[in-house]
Order: sequence, then structure tokens, then C-alpha cells
Amino acid sequence: MANTKNLRTALFPSGIASVGLGSIERQISADEPPPLLPNSELSVIGKSFPRPNGRAKVIGAARFTVDIKLPGMVHARVLRSPWPHAIVRSIDVSAAARHPGVRAILAIADPADPQRATLRYVGAPVAAVAAVSIAAAEEGLRLIHVDYEVLPFVTDIDNARDPAAVPVYDHTTAPAGHPSGFPAVANLALNGNVRGPAKVGRGNVTNGFAEAEAMVEAEYSTHVQTHCCLEPHAIVADWRADGLTVYMSTQFTAGVRDEIAEAFGLPFNRVRVIVDAMGGGFGSKSQLGNYGRFAVELSRQVKAPVQLFLEREEEQVDAGNRPGTWQRLRIGAKRDGSLTAISLLSYGTAGVGLGAGVGNNAEALYSCPNFDGAQHDVFINAGPGCAMRGPGNTPGAFGLEQTIDALAEKLGIDPLKLRDRIDSSPVRREERRIGAERIGWHRRHAAGADSGPVKRGLGVAQSLWGANVQTNAACEVRIMRDGSVEVLSSVQDIGTGITTVLAQTVAEVLGLRPDDITVRIGDTDFPPGGPSYGSRTTASMTPPARTAAWRAQQQLFREAALMLNASADDLIAAEGKILVGRDRNRFVTFRDAAARLRTDRIAAVASRSDDYGGFRRRAGEDAALAQQDLGGVQFAEVAVDTETGIIRVERVVAVQDCGRPMNPRQIESQVQGGVLMGISYALLEERIIDQATGRMVNANLEQYKLLGPRETPEIDVVVLENYQGRSATDAYGIAEPANIATAPAIANAVYNAVEVRLRSLPMTPATVLAALGKVPQRS
Amino acid sequence: MLNATSTIMAQTQHPGRGASTGPQPVMIELHVNAAVRTLHIEPRMTLAEALRGPLELTGTKIACNRGACSACTVWLDGMPICSCMMLAVDVGARVVTTIEGLASGEELHPVQQAFIDHDALQCGFCTPGMIMSCAALLERSPQPGADDVRAAISGHYCRCGTYPHVVAATLDAAKMRRA
Repeated sequence: MANTKNLRTALFPSGIASVGLGSIERQISADEPPPLLPNSELSVIGKSFPRPNGRAKVIGAARFTVDIKLPGMVHARVLRSPWPHAIVRSIDVSAAARHPGVRAILAIADPADPQRATLRYVGAPVAAVAAVSIAAAEEGLRLIHVDYEVLPFVTDIDNARDPAAVPVYDHTTAPAGHPSGFPAVANLALNGNVRGPAKVGRGNVTNGFAEAEAMVEAEYSTHVQTHCCLEPHAIVADWRADGLTVYMSTQFTAGVRDEIAEAFGLPFNRVRVIVDAMGGGFGSKSQLGNYGRFAVELSRQVKAPVQLFLEREEEQVDAGNRPGTWQRLRIGAKRDGSLTAISLLSYGTAGVGLGAGVGNNAEALYSCPNFDGAQHDVFINAGPGCAMRGPGNTPGAFGLEQTIDALAEKLGIDPLKLRDRIDSSPVRREERRIGAERIGWHRRHAAGADSGPVKRGLGVAQSLWGANVQTNAACEVRIMRDGSVEVLSSVQDIGTGITTVLAQTVAEVLGLRPDDITVRIGDTDFPPGGPSYGSRTTASMTPPARTAAWRAQQQLFREAALMLNASADDLIAAEGKILVGRDRNRFVTFRDAAARLRTDRIAAVASRSDDYGGFRRRAGEDAALAQQDLGGVQFAEVAVDTETGIIRVERVVAVQDCGRPMNPRQIESQVQGGVLMGISYALLEERIIDQATGRMVNANLEQYKLLGPRETPEIDVVVLENYQGRSATDAYGIAEPANIATAPAIANAVYNAVEVRLRSLPMTPATVLAALGKVPQRS
Repeated sequence: MLNATSTIMAQTQHPGRGASTGPQPVMIELHVNAAVRTLHIEPRMTLAEALRGPLELTGTKIACNRGACSACTVWLDGMPICSCMMLAVDVGARVVTTIEGLASGEELHPVQQAFIDHDALQCGFCTPGMIMSCAALLERSPQPGADDVRAAISGHYCRCGTYPHVVAATLDAAKMRRA
């Protein structure tokens, strides 16, 4: 904890490196490490070191949850509803129970309990079976007889909004929402299937629109996207008399531990959650999930380890999705571009779940005195949505950034110049400048100016994302007598590279190489790590890692000071040595100093301090929002074939910021991934539900279209070094901001190419041809 | 250019066709990574399941289990195939090479090393299959261009979006091999 009584003043680097660095004074606690220099003056942080777990991943030795095999392990499968809306009248498991391979059966739907008897989407879990093999478990499922009373249903958001529509819930059964949803409001009114609105406002939009000299208004719709992480959702639960060990492909080991402890009435110290290699989550592996509960319960009953993996189809129907949205935006402006009013109305659907808002970009990206937002959730009979890479803001930016582009067109102002006027962020101003140069913005012609059938265009869009920080986050750093060093935390590496970054952070402090540091993470027996969602892992974990390393080093310096006959305050660490100031001749090696330790090892644990200068606000007990936002500016160059309707993204320039960049190549990987997921969202992916049966008809990886290597354009990634002196590392996140601006940048480029706006996602050849008026109308 | 799925169709010769097999477990021999392994498996078991299960070669991944994502790519007599789309009993005398068999002892295959150097992996789940296809490309085409690499991995999905770095890594590996 920060010691508020013992403060000192420190001078931190401040500003954007490509513009020019200054310094800023901050009051920090005396037990915080000294300010970290800019990357150009560091030896390890800010350099592109390779991943320590890279070798294991390229030789097939990395151990994912799906690779875990425990002695006596049994296999579970889930019986799922074939109906979009039904009541379970009875479940007969007697035949399944007689199957020789079946070890346990869990009735999930309960005919005796009206709440648990109702199934509200195709794929809703009905029962689960644990058996000696996956095949035996599936045979067991086929022997369960369920009597369903099939009910009318609604799977289309427009139909569901009709007051006469079939209600998915009533007031007693509808989920109430929680303050961390999107939008983050609980207990809103429910009318039919429509919940809300969640309202946000400032100023007076009526007056604002009255002052406007130009007005744009448009409606946008976005589709449902499924996460499709390559590693299936997977858990192995091993319930024993002395405690439960869970191996899970999860974005948050400590959160899963908490959920299990609460659901099963176990103390924290009897639940251990472990993840080694983790095959992607993108939001869909943030919680324990219903399947996680089933596996733990089955293990408790069977008294053996239970493995439960979701098949691809199960993942796409029941493990979450990015909600579909509809939004109407209205923006008023003066002739010079300054905004007078923004109004936003949205209806989104997360199926039977909540959280289908369109985020805060319309509210917060641009300076505008008058804003009025009303967002609604609409329930339909489809699998629950959940967070997905930039939740809310990704569909939100698709609408907002096209509306801003349309406003620029209407005012006859260049879209970048308009943003220079209405966007107060100096960071994005620099990002626009760099990006415009890289993409060659001067080449941008008037909309639809190309003459041939293939028309090219340039577009730009921006994004905003809160800089999340988990304050319930800690690291331990150990220095062993033989000179080996470990950093420990329950934080997990889901592919984003926190392993590398932790090694770099500790190595920088101790004057070692990243290879010298062993990173032990993904285990709740270690100090609590933050979740790998909300783009917060680096921001949450690197400051306590540096602080813990620095505190452990203070102990080591006391030994070294005795050896060197110097004051510990004068010592510095570099190149494997502990030196007296800059005197190259007075030193001991790190190893020799460690050998003098009184005990086999010394250790220090540090938790995430509050940001220097304070947070903007707390976000619950365990997290907070930093003062400055994250974001970025993306430019797209497209070619639209007006005869086939095919949009080809030829080039993307992504200029992003994340505070201090810790590992440029890993950040480049992250940004490329965000851009590619954004192109895939814009052009290819779409959950398709058959309106007659309520079934998702493309729940697989060939009919659900993902972007592949041949649709991958050239991606130019630029990352600002943006110092603010906010923490021991001043590093923040990148994963989600990299995804948000891509789809609107493409849509704006398409408009520039063909002079027609595509306001609905995905922008498929069929929608392009229809927008171009090339689809003959049926009479 | 054949993708991995159509390659199976062209290459599989069904050595066991006509003979009655199963449903009870049968004894087969598999030539995997320079060893001959004897297995007692149900005939319905795919090659991917046999590798990951009884043979404990879990480097081969299953992500879609229907030949759509290529995560399970291994070599069959040097040709990349989706191991989820072939029954283990159909392999016969052909030689299977998995990601575990690609390196020579401690020395990584140039494609493996280049994947580390170029950060051509994030979560790493698609990586073994991706590497098998890129390494096979270098066997048949020692001086590929970027489009050749894109074609070679065109059946592979990577949700983390590593394609640009995979292409760069493979081109670099080709250069290292020629040097």
C-alpha cells in the first residue's frame, strides 16, 4: 500500500517522444521506485525481446488446458436444447445411468423449478454427463429422454422490439444487470423485450441542435460476431477431499477462483486455478461459465478429475458473442465544424443476456457541449452475448465515425481537419499527422472519382478506450542465493505476451537480461494477478513487478554495499553487476552478491499502487480508470469492385498509443491482430440464425467466415511513446483500441471509393451491390 | 493450389478398404516421427485423436475437428494434411511427421526459429499446424515469395492475427536455409 504520510517529489518524463519530451513533477510514496527513464535510455524495456514461451509453442511442448491428462480423468459432455424456447416437462436419465461408461449425470434444467425449467435459446444446457470416454459421454446424452413443451420464440431484434412480440422474460425472470456491463447500469425498466434506456447526457441537445448550421443523421446496424478463439473453451476440474484444483483456459485465474469459491462454498485457500498456455479468449473466457460449473460439480460427484471441452458449435452458440446493435446518430455543427449537439439512440441484443450497448465514443470522443444518449438492450431467444475485444465501442465507432465523416463531407471540410477542430486530444492529433503521412492522405480524391469498375478510396476513423487498471493485482519477485530470479503472479498469458513484458520489467531493474528471469504465472497459489481483459494486463502488472524487483534489490544492495564498502544508496545495477555509481571498476557481480544472502532466497511482494496523481475514478473494488484515455487513429485504403461487390482492403495504417511501449514487436503483433479482427468483422463474419427454427446455421469455421491470410492487407503499425508519469512503468494497454477503429475506417474508405454509404455490417458483396443499386428489385 | 483438405482426398488410398474393421478396437502400427508405434484403437479414431490421445503427441491441435481451420496439420509422407480428417487406421505404412518431429534434437527447424524471431505466434494454438505447412512449403519451394506463403497457409485460421509475421518468418527461414 502507498504510504501517504511519506511522500517525495519526483520528476518523470512526460509527453510524446516524436513531438518532444518534457518532464512532470509528481508526488509519490517513498516506497515507490524512482522514475523510469524514457525507453531510449533503457537497456531492456522498450526493446523487442522474443517471448520466453516461444520455444515451447513452436515445438508443440506448450501445455494448453486441452492437453492436460490426469490419472483417472473422466470426460463430460453437455446435452443442449434443440428448441429456442421451451419448458422442460420431465427429464428421464434412468437409461443413461445404466450405461456402463457413465459415472455421473447432472440435470441442469429442472422441471420442478419454473426458473430452471425454461430454456430460452437453442444450445441452452439441459443436462451433463461424465463418463469414461467422450464417446461414452455422448452415448449417455443420447439415452437421456427430455419431454419439451415447445413455446413461441423470437430471434430477430426488430420483431422482438414489437410490444406484441413473444416475451423472452418477464419482470421476475429478466437479468437485472450489473454495474460492469455495457452499458454499466443495473435495474433498468423492462417493457416487453426492451430494457432501458440507460441514459447519459450533458448540456441541452434541443438548444444545441437549434444552434446548428449543419446537421447529419443516420441509422447504423451491426451484426453478431462470435469469438472463435482457436483453443476450445476447456476445463479440467479435480475435486479432492483437501481441496479443488481447476485447470482452465481462462482470461482470469483469480476471478475464476473467486467464482468457484462462492458457488461451491469453498474457502479461497482450497481452490487453486491454473492455466499454462492459453489459446485465446477475446472476452469469451473471462468467467467460469456454465460449463465450468458443470465440470466442478461433476468432479465433486464422481470424485475424479473431470474434463469438459466445448466443441466449436457449442462455443459459437453458448460461450458468448459480440452483441448485434442498431443505432441512430444525429450530430449538429457550426459551419466551421465545431459541434453543437450529439444525440444517440441505440437498441442492441445480447440474446438472453445483457450488455448490448454501443459504448461511449459518441459521448466522449469529441468536444461537444450537448449530448444525449439513450441505449437499450433487447432480449431475443439466442445465446447470451459477452464482452468481445472493445465491447460497445466497436459497434459504436462504426456509427459515430461514419457520421463524423458524413458531417465533414457536408461541411466541405477534410475529415482530418474537422477532427483537428473537434478532437482536443494532442495524442490523436499526432496520430493523425503520422498516419496521414504514412497512408499518403494527399492522394485522397473526391468521393466516387475513380472512373473504372474497380474504385479506390481512402478513409480514416478514430477510437477511444478507457485505460483500465486492476488495483487488486500483485507480483512477487524472488532472488535466490545462486543468482536465479523469479517473478510470480496468478496473471495469465493468453497470447498477449505478459510473460515477456514481466521478464523485461524485472530484468531492467536488476541489470540482467530477460533470459535470466523465470516468469511463473497462471496459478492462483501466486500473488493475485489481474484479468486479461479490458486491455489492462500490462497496466496492472508491470508496475507491481518493477516495484517488487526494486524492493528485493534494496535488500540485495545491503549485502553488496558491505562487499563494496559503499553506501547502498550509491549502488546501481547494470549488465549483471552491481556498481558504485558510474565507477566501472568498483563492482560485484549480481551472482556474487546473491551468494552472500543470509537465506536461500529473498523476496518482495508489491501490489498495484494507485496511479500517480490519482485515478479518474474507481471501477468497483478491484479496478480503476486512469486519467488519460487510450485510443488510436486508423487509415484504410480499399478497392471496391462495383461489378462483383467485393471490397478488398489493400492497406491499413494503424497509429496507436499505450503509454510507454514495453515490447514494440509484441505490440505490433497485437495491433495487427486487432486490425485483422476488425477487417474480418467489417467484411466477413456474421452469425446467421434461421428465423424458422431459431438455430444458428453457420456454427462452424467454414460457413462462419473468418479472415484468412489471403485477405490480409499490408498493415503499417506505428506506436507512440506517450509518457505521463502515472505509474512505476507508465505502461498501459493496446489490444482493444487496435480493434475499434478498423471497421469505420474501411466504411469511410468505401464511401470515398463509391460515394455510397454502407451503414450495415458486414459489408458483403451482396450489401455492396444492393447499395449501388445493382440488385434488380423483384416485382 | 491445393489446400490441405483437398490434398487428403488426392493422397488417401484407403489401404484397408474392403476388409471389415471394427467397431471393436484393432491393432495398428503407425510410423510417427522416425519411430514405429503400436496402437490398440477403435477404428473410428481419427489420426489427430490417435496422436493426441494414446501417442501423447499433444503438439498437434484440434480446433474445429472438421478440416476447416488446419490447426491439426501434420505431414503424411511429407505432404501437409488435416489429421482430423483421416482415420488412424487409414494411415497404413505412410510416415507421419508431427510438430514434435520437426526439430533435429535441440536444434530447431529454421521455420521454428524464425517464428520465434518474428513473433509469428501469439496464443500459439494454431502455431504447430501453421509451422508444418510453412516447413512443407520450403521443402517443395526453397525460394518462395510472399504469395506462395499466403497460399501455403490459406487453409489455416489464426484468430490472433499472426499472418503478417508468419509470412515474414517463413520468407526469412527460406533465406536462412539457403545461407
